[in-house]
Formats: sequence, structure tokens, C-alpha cells
Amino acid sequence: MSQNAEKVLDHFKLFREPEYVEMFESKKKNFEDAVPAEELERVREWAKSWEYREKNFAREALTVNPAKACQPLGAVFAAVGFESTLPFVHGSQGCVAYYRSHFSRHFKEPTSCVSSSMTEDAAVFGGLQNMIDGLANSNAMYKPKMIAVSTTCMAEVIGDDLNAFIKTAKEKGSVPMDMDVPYAHTPAFVGSHVTGYDNSMKGVLTHFWDNAERTPNESINLINGFDGYVVGNIRELKRVLGLMGVDYTLIGDQSDVWDTPTDGEFRMYDGGTKIEDVKAAVNAKATLSMQEYCTEKTLAYCADKGQQTVALNHPVGIAGTDRLLMALSELTGKEIPAELLKERGRLVDAIADSQAHIHGKSFAIYGDPDLCYGLTEFLLELGAEPKHVLSTNGNKAWAEKMQALFNSSPFGKGCVAYAGKDLWHMRSLLATEPVDFLIGNTYGKYLERDIGTPLIRIGFPVFDRHHHHRSPIWGYQGGMNLLVKLLDKIFDEMDKDTNIPSKTDYSFDIIR
Amino acid sequence: MSSTAEDIKARNKALIAEVLEVYPEKAKKKRQKHLNAYEGGKPDCGVKSNIKSLPGVMTIRGCAYAGSKGVVWGPIKDMVHISHGPVGCGQYSWASRRNYFIGTTGIDSFGTMQFTSDFQEKDIVFGGDKKLEKIIDEIQVLFPLNKGISIQSECPIGLIGDDIEAVAKKKSKEYEGKTIVPVRCEGFRGVSQSLGHHIANDAIRDWVFDKSTGEIEGFVPTPYDVTIIGDYNIGGDAWSSRILLEEMGLRVIAQWSGDGTLAELEKTPKAKLNLIHCYRSMNYISRHMEEKYNIPWLEYNFFGPTKIEESLRAIAAHFDDTIKANAERVIAKYKALTDAVIAKYRPRLEGKKVMLFVGGLRPRHVIGAYEDLGMEVVGTGYEFAHNDDYQRTTHYVKDGTLIYDDVTGFEFEKFVEKVQPDLVGSGIKEKYVFQKMGVPFRQMHSWDYSGPYHGYDGFAIFARDMDMAINSPVWGLTKAPWKK
Repeated sequence: MSQNAEKVLDHFKLFREPEYVEMFESKKKNFEDAVPAEELERVREWAKSWEYREKNFAREALTVNPAKACQPLGAVFAAVGFESTLPFVHGSQGCVAYYRSHFSRHFKEPTSCVSSSMTEDAAVFGGLQNMIDGLANSNAMYKPKMIAVSTTCMAEVIGDDLNAFIKTAKEKGSVPMDMDVPYAHTPAFVGSHVTGYDNSMKGVLTHFWDNAERTPNESINLINGFDGYVVGNIRELKRVLGLMGVDYTLIGDQSDVWDTPTDGEFRMYDGGTKIEDVKAAVNAKATLSMQEYCTEKTLAYCADKGQQTVALNHPVGIAGTDRLLMALSELTGKEIPAELLKERGRLVDAIADSQAHIHGKSFAIYGDPDLCYGLTEFLLELGAEPKHVLSTNGNKAWAEKMQALFNSSPFGKGCVAYAGKDLWHMRSLLATEPVDFLIGNTYGKYLERDIGTPLIRIGFPVFDRHHHHRSPIWGYQGGMNLLVKLLDKIFDEMDKDTNIPSKTDYSFDIIR
Repeated sequence: MSSTAEDIKARNKALIAEVLEVYPEKAKKKRQKHLNAYEGGKPDCGVKSNIKSLPGVMTIRGCAYAGSKGVVWGPIKDMVHISHGPVGCGQYSWASRRNYFIGTTGIDSFGTMQFTSDFQEKDIVFGGDKKLEKIIDEIQVLFPLNKGISIQSECPIGLIGDDIEAVAKKKSKEYEGKTIVPVRCEGFRGVSQSLGHHIANDAIRDWVFDKSTGEIEGFVPTPYDVTIIGDYNIGGDAWSSRILLEEMGLRVIAQWSGDGTLAELEKTPKAKLNLIHCYRSMNYISRHMEEKYNIPWLEYNFFGPTKIEESLRAIAAHFDDTIKANAERVIAKYKALTDAVIAKYRPRLEGKKVMLFVGGLRPRHVIGAYEDLGMEVVGTGYEFAHNDDYQRTTHYVKDGTLIYDDVTGFEFEKFVEKVQPDLVGSGIKEKYVFQKMGVPFRQMHSWDYSGPYHGYDGFAIFARDMDMAINSPVWGLTKAPWKK
């Protein structure tokens, strides 16, 4: 017996104790019908080969370890960015349990969201009654100012009509006639979470803007898009906008609701874009999206309303931030203040100090389409060499845009963009065309374990590291954070690789 | 200051009445049947259960898919489990349940992988059967060492009229009788995870047991063959349980389903006794084996020394004197450990009040472990219990205990606000709500990334974890000194 009260062993060490190791061996030998060790080894090696890669890339139907989620997740993300807004997902209830868990595991924060809890009878008769009761219950219990409705695939397959349902529910008195209940159809079998974000955002805007008279003014709108770093990024964005003195409306602001204090009070709602501000935002001269692929329909709608539109791609690094600031300056006529110029200089300074350690290092990146773009552009600025850039929810247009980016730099030579591929494809890429570092979300740790490529966690979700969502990756400050993150991993690996006494003493430097 | 059971009961009843006030009339009528203060001596907890959740109330429940893929089938490590339908369900449940296993992931083990048919619009319109066939072919090429495949249906499958059973049969034939299991666990079926457990149990019956000839090559039975049923090996729970059974001379021929294999499922009908930890999720298959193969089953509880001791004796009672004597030896062997754990932690935890809201067995099973540490469970409830669970709960709870079935977010928050427990044990969705309120919390589904909690080894970890949650210095920092 190894357990003891003084120094309690949990799963990290307990199961390495001899009594457990022996038990595992006996279980495997006697009951598991385990694959013979040699056969296992043969297949393990084969699964890293070029032959396997070809078979793997020949897949037409199976998806293995995708890096994307479904539409309603994005819809919920967008919805919680509005003042006292309750996301309401019409369809099966298990979905909502999943979205709430998913966000809570990433942000380490509560996520409030309700379901209309449709079951078999609703599958047959439709979910109207669920909508009627659901809106009434959630309004009575959670007293939202707005309820943003989206759908699960169940409601979509049976063809529930949100517009008609919400209208009927209002007529039946579930919620006041004048209550704001924007909606969006968000079928899980179309697009991904970024599509759901787009649909939901557009749903909110059309709800407020469709019948609004537009009187253009000088303010601008910003839309952030689905972003795992939303807390840090929005705060940084606000700081930059404040420094520039821009008159703006941030449409969708999750930075408070996913960062509430522990002070004895649970705030189901906190912060968010005020409903009055969303209404007034129709008058803005322009809308700027921080993430093109999260806002394709939304921006098109803004353009229809007569606004100028600008789309960026998760602006990280020097050029990305330059474009953001110049776009803001151009749209508003405000000058980029000296303070931001100085911040830019500091980031350039930091890059100059450290570039020798990044130069020529090869990278694989995966994630949402915009994040991949922003990160790749930054790596190229650092003199790093991206080799594989993969986005499960990227499309052909994205791949072409990526290719143009690779072509713009000698460091992008030979890099390939993989649209619609998954992390099992990435495994083959890493095994056959190895790189020095992998950038991706938490699930990249399986690739790191299998192939040995060190993982730098940037993306969504990040479940197994805490609080990174609080630090921005946007702006020059965000670029600084990212630079440090990349360097930390590079230096850690350097040390790990040179710490064998009597063998690699010579490179184990105290100054790098 | 101690209140009598009657005081507590009166307070809890008043609290329930107060909480119900928020609901519209129709919802109030329905919800009041799920809330009660337990009347000591009654045969059940006096609440309705296994009824549809009300729309819009923020139920904590999941769905049938979660019950089948997430709970029953997903942990079977050497099979490939296809999340059949759109991408989300498999994505959100990908490796999040900590069903520990040992194996080479992607080669002979697949427990922490996400296989999905990633349905697109055309699959909804034209049906997904052809795609499913191709998926099975591709799995056979890329994962040749898989022992079997299960098809975990997501909502659309049942709505678009796909015939996954026909695909499974056809492909099984094509691959020389390979085990391919279609599971009709669409998320809209039933009212919670619970029906998914049942459907998954039935799928094992129909597509594993009934398919088998009963002949298992090389299997030599012994009189001491038992199984562990309904232990998902969260944080290694099944392992810290198995070790005790083996120490008392029993032979564990199968683990269901944490760290389980298809071979173990197939061997199970050879057992002399099925030991069932999570009654809710696997009583169906245990009852089936009792009827068909005459295998008795026993619900046991390996949380905390009091219940472990009772359970070890109850298990041993099914065997000969050697095993009975061994059980006593095992109990004696671990006595020093449990005494030391209790001596260390009980003084730090004595009298602390706990409120629970969890899934299958834990709302009752962990109560003994808290009591071993001098703590008191003052409120408990189940996500997806049936009435028999609430009957079994009466053996654990005290007169007046607040009972809440399928609690809503609103109710749970209000109950905790008023009852002011020293610890809440529930899930990830609830964790941060209560911590914001300044209430210590432990996730009691995932063990908050700790564990195991089962068995004697697990009890030490359980005690340490409850202590670190309650006695963390952070709870003294929630109020700024100038605001105190």
C-alpha cells in the first residue's frame, strides 16, 4: 500500500506505484485481448509514414479530431455580448449543457444560457409550445432585457420557424410584445461556430436595424468575432480606441460577463453592449470587423444599410495592428497618437532583440480561419517559417488568401494552407514533414505527445492552461504578449535539449 | 446553535415556497413536485423524477447522446465510437470526462479521440447512410487495430429516417462479423441522459451479447469471477476499486466501461457476480444478465471507509469463507490509513455543511464519505434520477434534508444563498456561480481534475480535496478590508 495521509498520492503518482502497475499488466494480459506488442509497434510506426499520410488525406467521409465546433456555440458567444441578454437555444437541451460546459472550461467562468428542451413529442408536433413556455419561464426567472434565440440541429431538421414562433409566443403573453427577442437560424450542419456567430450577430442587427431610419453620423462600429481571448482583446481594443479618441460602439462585448469578480455576488449578466447603443449603431458611418470570416453576412448587412465596412483578420503583430490603426484613422479622421507609435516602436524593439532565436524556426498552425491568418502574418514578421497552416472551418477562399500571404514573404515559401482538414491530417503532416513548433488549442497536446512537436497553446479552447484569455493578443501590446509566449517555449525547449550533464553542457547557456 | 430536524424542515419548506414564487403558474405547479424536505422514515424522498425539464429554466441536464456516447460507450477504449451527425456533440464531449485508460491512442486505443461524420446539409437532405458506410471503410483502413465500432446517433439521424442498423449489419458482414453497434441515442429521446444509458445498455445486449456464441477462447472460469459495472474510471476510480476486489481474492474479468475493452464486455456473461457501482446507468444490463444468464448483481458503494467496509462484507457474503476472511483482512489492512486520514482531516472539516447536485449515484453514494469526515449533507438532488434512486437515497439522508430533482439554475442559486453551506459539490456549469458567491466548490462529476475518489486510496484524496476547497485562504479575501 502506497497511499498515506501525510502525503496523499493522487492519480499523478498513485497509479505508478508497483501494486497498480502489476494490476494493469495483469488486466491487459488476462482480459483485454490486447494487440501483440510487435503488431502495435508496427502500426504505430506505419501511422507516421508517407504511405499512411496518403491514405489519411484520401479520406472523403470520416472526420477525426476536427478543430471546429457547431453554429449555436458561436450564437451563444455573440449573444452574451449584449447587455442583460439571455441566450435561448431552441431545440434539444443537451446541446446547451455542452455549450455552457465548453465555455466554462475555457474561461473558468459561468455561462448562462437556456434551452427550450425539445423532446420526442416536439420532434413530431414541432417546438412551438416549447418556445411559448420557454420564453415565459426564462423571462420570469432570469429577467433579461433581451432574449437572443438560436437553434440546434434538431429544430432545424424539423423546420421550426423562429419568426412565427416568437410572434405567437408574444401574442400568447410569454414575454411583452415590445421585448427584444432577436433570432437566428443556426443549423449545426452548415459551417461552424464562426458561422453561428455571424448569423446570431446579423440576427441582432436586423432585429434593431431593419425598420430603423438611418441618419449617418461620425461614429464607427466594431465587431470582435468569436475569440478565445475576448476578455483581454476587448479591453486592449477599448484602450487603443480611447487613446485615439474614437467615437465608437463595440457591438458585442463579452469582456465583463466572462470576467466577473469573486466578491460574494454572482452576476448572471455583466457589461455587454447596451441595447440603446446597438439601436443607435445603425447611424455609424462604418463598421469594422476584427475577424472577416466571423462576420461575412453581418458586414454585408451593414453595407446594405449604407455603412462603410472594413474586415480584418484577427490583427496580431506589427502589420496587423498597423492596418487596424490606419483603418480607424482613415474612417474617423483621427490621428494615430504618439503613444501608440511609441508602443509600436517598443514591439519592434522587442522583436529586434529576440529575432535571432525565432529566425528560421518552422511552425505548424491550426485554428479558426482569422486567427490562422493573423498568427501566420506575425510569424512571417518574426522571420519564422510557417510550413503547415490548417483550418478545419476554413474554405477555399481562405486558403487562397493564405497563399497570397505566404507569397508576400520569402519566409512563407513552401507553406501550404489546408482548408477543411482536421487534426488527424495534421498528425500526418507533422510526422512526415516535421516542424519545430506547433501552434494550436489544447487538443494539440495529443499531437505533441504522439509526434513530439512542442505545442504553443494559442487558440480556442484552451482548457488545460489557466487565464490566458485575460491577456490580449491584439494590438502592439498583444503582439508583445505573443512574442513572449513564443520565446518562452523556444527557450524552454532549448534548455531541455541542452541539459544533459557531460554531454551538452556547452550549449546550456545562462545568457540567451 | 443546533436546529432541530423540525426547524430545518420548516425552513426548507418555506424556502421551497419562496423559490417557487418566481415561476409562472403552469411551471410552478410542475416544479413544486420536484422539491421537498425529506420526511424521515418515508420510503422515498417525496419528489417526482424522470420527467421532462421545463423549457427555458436552465436545467443542468444533458441528453441521451451524452448518456450513451459520453457515459456508457465512449470509455470502451479499443473501439471507435462515431459521433454520427453534425460536429458539435462529439466536439464538446471530446475527452472531457476523464475516463482514464491505458493504451496507445490512435493505434489500439481511441478513448480520447473525436470521430465524427460531420454532417453537412446534403447529408441531412439525402441521408447519411452512404456516408456512414464509407466512414466505416475509412476507419478500417486508418485504424486497423480497432476491435469494433459503435455508431452514436445525434439528433438528426432519427429525424431524417436513416437506417443505421442496416448499415451496421451490412458492414459487419463485409468485415467478417466485426462488432459494429448502432446506437439510437439521439439527443431528443427521453428527458435526460438517462434514456441514453438505457438505450446504450440495450445495444450491448443486442449487438454484443446476442451476437456472441458464448464461447470465449482461452477463458477458464473460476468461482471468484466478478465484474465492475458502472464505474467509468474517472480519475482512475475503477482502478482503486479493482485493487480491493483483487486483494480479497476475487478475479475481475471485466470493467464497465472505464478502461474497458470489447473483450471484457464479451466475457461479462461468464461472471459469478456483477458488482454495480452506478446503478442508474447500468442496472438495465445487470438485470438482463440476471434474467438471461442467472448472474446475481449487487449495488456497492466504495466512497468512504464506512461504506467501503459494508460493501466489502456484502460482496464477500456472496462467496466462501476464504473470501469472507480476506475481506476482513483487507478492511484491517487499510484501517491505519483511514484512521490517519480521518485524524488529519476530520478536525478541519467537522460540522461543515454540504449541498450536492450530481448525476447517477453520487447524490447518495458520497454522503457516507462526507460523514466519515464529520461533515453533513444538508441538500441533495439528481440530474436524471428515477424514483428508485430516490428510494435508495432514503438510506443515506437525514430527516429534513432539502431534496431537489432536476434543479434549475435559479433554484440552486437561491437554495445555496439561503442555506449557506460550507461546500457545494456539483458540475462545471455550477462551479463558478458558487465560487463567485464565495462558496467553496468541488466538481463532483470530474473530481475537479483530481481523483480517484473510490476505494481506500481514493478516500485519502477525497478528504484532502474537500479540505483544500473549504479551507483555502482565498475565501478570506473575497471582501475588501475597507468594505468589510
